[in-house]
This record gives sequence, C-alpha cells and structure tokens, in this order.
Amino acid sequence: MLSPATRLLSRSVPSTAQRLSSIRTITSISAASQGSPFIGNKMGGKHTATLIPGDGIGQETAESVKAVFKAISAPVEWEQFDVTGYTTSDDALFRQSLESLKRNKVGLKGILYTPVSRLGHPSYNVTIRKELDLYASLVLCRNLEGYPTRHTNVDFAIIRENTEGEYSGLEHQSFPGVVESLKVVTRTKSERIARFAFDFAVRNGRKKVTCVHKANIMKLGDGLFLNTCRDVAKEYTSSGIEFNDMIVDNCSMQLVSKPQQFDVMVMPNLYGNIVSNVGAALVGGPGIIPGCNLGREYAIFEPGCRHVGSDIQGHNSANPTAMLLSGAMLLRHLGLEEHAGLVASAVYKTISSGRVRTPDMGGNNTTTDFTVAVINNL
Amino acid sequence: MFLARPSALLRPSRPLTAVASRAFASTTDKTVPLPPKGADGNYTVTMIPGDGIGPEISQSVQKIFTAAKVPIKWESVDVTPVLKDGKTAIPDEALHSVNRNKVALKGPLATPIGKGHVSLNLTLRRTFNLFANVRPCRSIVGYDTPYEDVNTVLIRENTEGEYSGIEHEVIDGVVQSIKLITKEASERCARYAFEYARAQGRDHVTAVHKANIMKMSDGLFLSVCQDVAKEFPDIKFSDVLLDRACLHIVQDPSKYGDRVMVMPNLYGDILSDMCAGLIGGLGLTPSGNIGKSASIFESVHGTAPDIAGQDKANPTALLLSSVMMLRHMNLDAQAKSIESAVLQTIAEGQVLTGDLGGKSTCSAFTNEIIKNL
Repeated sequence: MLSPATRLLSRSVPSTAQRLSSIRTITSISAASQGSPFIGNKMGGKHTATLIPGDGIGQETAESVKAVFKAISAPVEWEQFDVTGYTTSDDALFRQSLESLKRNKVGLKGILYTPVSRLGHPSYNVTIRKELDLYASLVLCRNLEGYPTRHTNVDFAIIRENTEGEYSGLEHQSFPGVVESLKVVTRTKSERIARFAFDFAVRNGRKKVTCVHKANIMKLGDGLFLNTCRDVAKEYTSSGIEFNDMIVDNCSMQLVSKPQQFDVMVMPNLYGNIVSNVGAALVGGPGIIPGCNLGREYAIFEPGCRHVGSDIQGHNSANPTAMLLSGAMLLRHLGLEEHAGLVASAVYKTISSGRVRTPDMGGNNTTTDFTVAVINNL
Repeated sequence: MFLARPSALLRPSRPLTAVASRAFASTTDKTVPLPPKGADGNYTVTMIPGDGIGPEISQSVQKIFTAAKVPIKWESVDVTPVLKDGKTAIPDEALHSVNRNKVALKGPLATPIGKGHVSLNLTLRRTFNLFANVRPCRSIVGYDTPYEDVNTVLIRENTEGEYSGIEHEVIDGVVQSIKLITKEASERCARYAFEYARAQGRDHVTAVHKANIMKMSDGLFLSVCQDVAKEFPDIKFSDVLLDRACLHIVQDPSKYGDRVMVMPNLYGDILSDMCAGLIGGLGLTPSGNIGKSASIFESVHGTAPDIAGQDKANPTALLLSSVMMLRHMNLDAQAKSIESAVLQTIAEGQVLTGDLGGKSTCSAFTNEIIKNL
C-alpha cells in the first residue's frame, strides 16, 4: 500500500531522463520527496533557497554550483550564509541560517566542521537535521560511466535514519571514568524511515530493500528497528519488493566483496555513516556522491559522504561533483526538471569524457577547470 | 593526573626489536599470562573443536602441529553450554582447563537458539575477561581479490561499548541501549594495542572513534588512548574519525599497512569484518582474544553446517589463528614454519579446498601443508 503522500511522486519522468540512464540518480529525488510538495518561496518566478557552503572545500564547491546554475539561468536565488563550525562566535549567524532554511524550506549545504573536543559545540550538521526533523538521509552510490573502479555494476541507495540512534546526544558520566551514551530507537521513527525506504524502492523501480542492523547483540534497540522494518515490509508484499536483513558487520564485508547484491538499504543512524563511506569508496570517493536530507517540511541537499575536506581547503582541487549533483537534486525537488537534467548530464558527460579530472579522480585539473568543463558541456 | 597509576605497574619500555615481517604476531608482554611448561617440556593447550566443520579443521591443525613437532599437548574440551542458576555458562571442565592452560584454540561455535541463552562467544569473553580482540588481515598470495597490499591490524575493545547488553524499553516503542565506555577497559585495550604494535614492529597506533558526535563516550576512549600514547614515545599516535577510516581503508588499504588500529567494540566488529572482506572473507583471517586470565585464539567464520563432516572445509583461518597463538607463546620458529607452509600451499594453488577455488579435500590440503613444512 502506498501512502497518499507518495502518490504525487509518480509524475512522469522527463524525456531527457529516459534518454540518459545516468539521470536515474537525479530522478530518484522525485521519489524521495515524501510529504507535501514543499517547494518553498517562489517570487517573481524565482525560487529562493538557502546556501550554506560549509567549511573545508565548501566555498569552492559552492562557487562551482553557483557558476553552473548561472550558466543555465536556473531560477534560483541564493540566500547565502557563510557559517563555520570552527568557532562558536558564529552561533548567531548559524541561528540566522536555520531561520532562513525554515523560511525557504529548501537548501544546499556543504559540511560544517565539528570539533572533537568535549568542550566544543555540538555538531551544527546534526543540529540542522534535528531542528528541521530531516529524518531521512538519502545517499546514492553508483558507478560512473568513464570512471572504472575495483567493482562494477554498483548501484545502491542508502537510506539512513537521521535523527535518533547513536546521535541522540544523550551522554553522561555516572562516575569518573564511566560514561554512558544512549542510543535511542523508537518505533515511530523506525517506521517512517522504513516506509520511506519502501516508497523510494517502489517509485524508483528498485527490487529489494535490505535492513542493516545488529539485532543479534542489541536485541531490544536494533531489534525494534528490524521488527518495524519487517512489519512495514509486509504492507509492501503486493508491490513485489523483496525484503531481507543483514547484520552490519557482515554487510560491511559483503559491501567490499559483492556490492552488486545491494539495491536499497535502510539502517539506523551510525551504520549509515559507515555504509555511505564504504559505498563512496567503492565507486570513486566522497567527491562524487550526492545526498539529501528530507523531512516532512524541509529538504536540505548536501554531499552524501559528509566530509569537511579541510586537508584540501583552498587548493582549488576539490571535486565539485557531489555538490553539483546535490544541486541538481535540489532543482528537481523544486520541479525544475529540465534544469536538473541539464546540470546532471553535463556533469556525467564531463566525467565520462575523462579529459578534465580533479586529483581525487586521478587528474591534475582544478575545481575551476572542472566547473568550466561542465559549463561547456551544458 | 588523569591516568595516575602506581608506579609498580609501569613497565619499562622495551627497545624495538621485533621484525616487521612477524605477521600475525601477538605481543610477548607478560601482563598477559602465558602457559606453564610441563615436566616433559611440552605446553598444554586447550582445544575447543567447536561445532559444524570445527572438528575437521581442528584435526587438521593437530596433524600439522604434530608434523611440525610443536611442543604442544592438546587438551580437548567440550563447551556445550549449561545453564547455571539460569545463566548460560560453560561446563566446569572446560573452565578449569582454560584457566589452567592459559591458552586455548577454538573452532566455530553455534549459539543455541532459544530464550535464555547468551551467545557462547560472549559467555567465553566474559568468563575469561577477554578484553581485546586482535584481528590482522593480510592479502593472501594465490587468492586474488580486487584489493592488493592489504596488511591491516585491528584491535577491538571486547568487553563493553555498544555490546554492554544494557537495554530497556522506556515505554512501548521507545528503546534505550546504553553504550558503556570506561576508562579502565579503554586503558587496558589501548595499552595492549601499543604493546602489540611494538612487538610487531609497527610504529604507529591509530585510534578510530566518532568523538565529534559522541563527545563524552568516544571522547573518553580517545583521551585515554592519547594518555597511554605518552608512555610509548617510540610509537607514533594518531586518531581518525570512523567514517574517514572506512573510506580510506576501502579506497586504499595499503595506507593502513604500517599501523595498528584500536577502537571501541562495535566499530571494531564492523571494521574487522570489512577488512576480512578485502582479502577474501572470514575463512582466511585469524583472530586472537587476549584476556587477563587466559587468551583464546579462534577462527571467526561460521560453523558451515552444510559441508560439515564432508572433508571439504578450509582450515586456513584456524591454522593462522594457531600461528598467532604460537607467537603469543613465543614459539616463533614453529609459527614461522607453519605460517609459510600454509601460505606457500595457497600460493602454489595446486591443492586447494573448494572455497579457495580448488577441488581438494581438507585432508589433502592438510597433507600438502605438511609436505611444505
């Protein structure tokens, strides 16, 4: 049974997408946007979206997106906030950016740095997801044409519960040297992420949903997640979606040996962090993996692997692909399918031609070179 | 001082003498008890053959040990669990044997399904205080995977963390699972990691954590590692976020070939199996559980009931675990001889079991190894 909210997602796929199989990555987002069509602020034919470039390579990759969007005259107006996670003095600006996101309902975001220190502020990234109840993280891992890696035919979607689990932020020291950290699993949140996964599978013609868990050890916590997924799976039997489950340690082993067996994967928060990075490594690194965080009201698009990339900050060597494809997902989300298709196919064309490559893909080109190449391929 | 300890406990740092080629080595540090030598010059080691293919692969190890003239006498015990006061426990005979011998080699165990039974592996871990799990993974010549140059060593805290077993349902549909991190457990695991690195000739220890999110729990683990690192000035220390570690290992495993990784329980569980996946699966990787009262070396693959008793099983994981065990007991010469015979047999590719792409039986594979000793 399909929830009414997803029915609107079954709009026809544009012809560009039918021609280019590579567009599939981007069509996925139409299915991902569960809930009402919250297309945000639209004034004078232009959408307003919040842009938080983020730390590390954020500014460089955001510039790339802005340049490409300008080249196709995408009707998107940015409200940019240069928030950084390196200081806490930005707290006010961070609040403003959050207000802007609430206003615009749609945003593009790089990754904000989170200090490891216990005295440091809690992760801004997590705060945004929790504050806006962006419960589903969607990351797509797929081999890119023209960029062979160790494994071929990898094509899976990682759907990750984004608001609870190990990221609850509830920790205390019950006695000096003894710390308890709470992992919270609830049926409500497990159920909505499970439904999201199945709806996504149905809408995108996927065949199988795999629940990743550790219910053999965390019998209650992960047990609740697994059992909820099983219950939801029963409601989707008529849709022909296969359901199975896999223990997370076995899953990580299978991912590096037989990644082709995965289609749609659904999992609690922390495992998603692991699986998305393993997945990225399988198909070419964090620079090419787009992602988004979706809730009932808001949608934030950000690179799927969530790396700050401070080591290459300011070198003009970052790969803007992840950010560009996330931007394309944003366009599709706003209903600007033609623009989305343009951006995505230009990016794929640039990669498959192989002439311009950033260092992470084995080339010598700069972020600017890559952006120019994408614009030329539009 | 955060890590103030009685000075008697501080061990003098030993010079770096180990050879880097000592793969699958265990530390020789005396904090971990070693088995006593019997009157006949032999060590007695407990053998837990296990279930499914366990008896076959244990026999293979025993045959090879006899052929290699290893001064070890086996004491086979059964660990089929019994319920003591309503709790899963291992039989007294097995308990006494392991406690007496301090070292055991163990095949795969099937956990009985049904209420009231805790996993046997967990029971063994608790009974013998097995605080650290050592998982080396090295590319095996003759068994190709998409990854080359894998040579990782991972040490996992084995007693607490996400596997504390403390969980409760607050109200219907709301569960809290507690991840428990203590200074004590983190410290002994971290210290073992540094000692192991030193004994193995690896000069770098990396802590894997997620302290940007779990600031207190993983933060404690990390800060304990940082403090222990100060006691080992000859070993470099660094730390890496869990997600970055996953990404880097799968992108280029050779980057982690120079170091020992140390991490809390769950991350270790996931990453160790992932590394095993890089080199061809759990049938090729050894494992050692280091404890305060005893150490147990084991193969971590399943019991493979489908091929049990058919002489088809691959004993490599248990053999490499037994090699780790010999190094743990300072029987380096025998360890080297058996290890190279196993690796040579696989590299030659003439006599291989089905899972390695051959057609030979477990006995034929065993005999071939004996020939190569």
